[in-house]
Amino acid sequence: MIEDRDTLLGLWQRMTRIRRFEERASTDKEADLLEGYIHNYSGQEAIATGIITQLRADDWITSTYRNHGHSIARDVPLEAMTGELLGRTTGVCGGKGGSMHAVDQDLGMIGGMGIVAGGMPIAAGAALAARRRGQDRVAVTFFGDGAVHQGAFHESMTFAALFNCPVIFVCENNLYAETTAVDYHLIAGSVIAMAEPYGVHATQVDGMDVFAVRDAAEQLIARARYTGRPALLEAMTYRYGGQYEGDTQTYKPPQEVAQWRARDPLLTFRRRVTEPGLLTHGDLDEVAERSRVEVADAFAAAALAPWPDPSVLLTDVYTEIS
Amino acid sequence: MTRELTIKDALNEALRQAMEADDDVVLLGEDIAGGAGRDEAYPEAADAWGGPFGVTQGLLGQFGRDRVMDTPIAETGFVGASIGMAIAGMRPVPEIMYVDFIGTSFDQLLNHAAKLRYLYGGKVSVPMTVRTVTGAGFRAAGEHSQTLYSLYTHIPGLKVVAPATPYDAKGLLLAAIQDSDPVIFMEHKRLYMTTGHVPEEPYTIPLGTASIVRAGDDVTIIGVQKMVHTALEAATELEQQGISCEVIDPRSYSPLDTDTILTSIRRTGHLVVVDESHPRCSLATDISALAAEHAFHDLRGPVRMVTGTHSPVPFSPPLEDLYVPDVPRIVDAVRSTLDQGRKGAEAVAHGR
Ligand SMILES: Cc1ncc(C[n+]2csc(CCOP(=O)(O)OP(=O)(O)O)c2C)c(N)n1
Ligand SMILES: [Mg+2]
Repeated sequence: MIEDRDTLLGLWQRMTRIRRFEERASTDKEADLLEGYIHNYSGQEAIATGIITQLRADDWITSTYRNHGHSIARDVPLEAMTGELLGRTTGVCGGKGGSMHAVDQDLGMIGGMGIVAGGMPIAAGAALAARRRGQDRVAVTFFGDGAVHQGAFHESMTFAALFNCPVIFVCENNLYAETTAVDYHLIAGSVIAMAEPYGVHATQVDGMDVFAVRDAAEQLIARARYTGRPALLEAMTYRYGGQYEGDTQTYKPPQEVAQWRARDPLLTFRRRVTEPGLLTHGDLDEVAERSRVEVADAFAAAALAPWPDPSVLLTDVYTEIS
Repeated sequence: MTRELTIKDALNEALRQAMEADDDVVLLGEDIAGGAGRDEAYPEAADAWGGPFGVTQGLLGQFGRDRVMDTPIAETGFVGASIGMAIAGMRPVPEIMYVDFIGTSFDQLLNHAAKLRYLYGGKVSVPMTVRTVTGAGFRAAGEHSQTLYSLYTHIPGLKVVAPATPYDAKGLLLAAIQDSDPVIFMEHKRLYMTTGHVPEEPYTIPLGTASIVRAGDDVTIIGVQKMVHTALEAATELEQQGISCEVIDPRSYSPLDTDTILTSIRRTGHLVVVDESHPRCSLATDISALAAEHAFHDLRGPVRMVTGTHSPVPFSPPLEDLYVPDVPRIVDAVRSTLDQGRKGAEAVAHGR
């Protein structure tokens, strides 16, 4: 594939924004500047970036508590994300949802869900609605390796297959469900093996390589859009951090993080574009630095943003206040 | 000599003693030991976690993975399997990491654990204890902050227990595990580090016995789990204003010790219920209704409920702080029922 400069820089911009955002969230959490849970996405940037940049603006996405990467890849304004992390009025949810629920309905981000596997049937339904209403929108639902043991996973696959829902199930297999290793809990051996009995077309991909993810996503999205059939993508990746910030991670073997960091999605991208001369290190450094500044500005802006008014405690429970 | 423990450690000790006493006691849950799948390559991994709050830490080392079972994220599977294990003679203790996640296993609890004994004419019993974590004020937003006490209390066949002190935590957990019925055992995430006296030897506290945590004459305050502590703080403040509060911790919501609660209300003539749950169909409404039905003529002022709001728990700190009942709201409620009572009495005295 011929890679044009803007496309490449677009991928790089998103991946660096995610990495910088997560690094900053992590240090701020450690410094007690953030309240609540922070689920770090570092290490998995290529997946959100590779898939979401292949979506159309009107496609749907559901995410999890680990949703910062998906939001940033979807170009949710950084200030609206930091505002949410800090519980301010400027947040995507006006401060009501916090880090685990930070999303943007205007961009088709249906939501970050705090319950494992909660988003899958919802995405299938959004995909079905599009079809029933004569639209060719698809839905993507992100989840982890641990989520495939939920009834919701199996029930949504069977629903999507039976009723022709153009939904792409994206499993980010990052080796752990909290502290539990995937080779222990994933009794089927792989997630793609679990899709087969439902007649859901499934592919496994190197989730550390944004090009591999993007190419697989392009095919699966096109397939779902034109056939109306569900598909599943299992992206093999690694969670650099803990389950959440503050997790001691004593369950990780000593060398594991370093081994995966050697395959870092940002490093891999840098090598893949600089070696053939598609981009220079200078090009990349410039964008990475801009990402750092954007993230820093967004955190600074959020810290100055107003707190929600007490009256909003009781708004939004229902569509209308009675 | 008094020995001080946190609630977390008191629960850990109760589990350990229950497991030592009875081989049929088995723990199941997500990451309750931690590091599953890394035992051989990296033995330090095992037991490093003990659940997100460390309650079950160290038990794997003593009892092994057959009795401290790290499950997949499959609540229907392991809660349902616990019912089967219980029917077949064991005493499983499954853990639902946060009470908010119980939805994924609710059918097994609602329609099976709670009903099998009755529907089968008393021919089976389900001696299992579902441990789970409640509570707002943790900046964890609406899907990780609920209490849901009344959801379980509503269901005949389930027992519901929620300790507020280390002493009660140990005694009630041992009683729950020995009990022949399914017990939902609720631990408040913001009470785990609360310390207090806990005897070393095993002991039980009968389910369905309330505890009068502070004696008083002017008003009865019923505190629901963490709100017991908030009510005690309010009582201290009110004492300085010359108001004597009796604070009661029901400890178990099903069965409910109605005698202790009603006796107190009949004596003080005033009731304030403090429950951080949503107000509708809550323990606050349940206990208020108890007073209305059985102590109407003894009440000398309106019943007051101090509760969370009819909204999910918001993330934003200032909003969440508005959600959770605090001392000033309890003080206001107490003063309000006493003032109203006084006005009513004056009106009667003046023949109005
Ligand atoms: C139904 C339910 N059970 C348990 C949890 C607690 N929990 C949150 S994340 C998590 C692990 C999920 O692992 P995985 O699906 O691999 O996703 P990852 O966190 O690795 O992205 C667990 C057990 C939950 N949120 N919902
Ligand atoms: Mg995982």
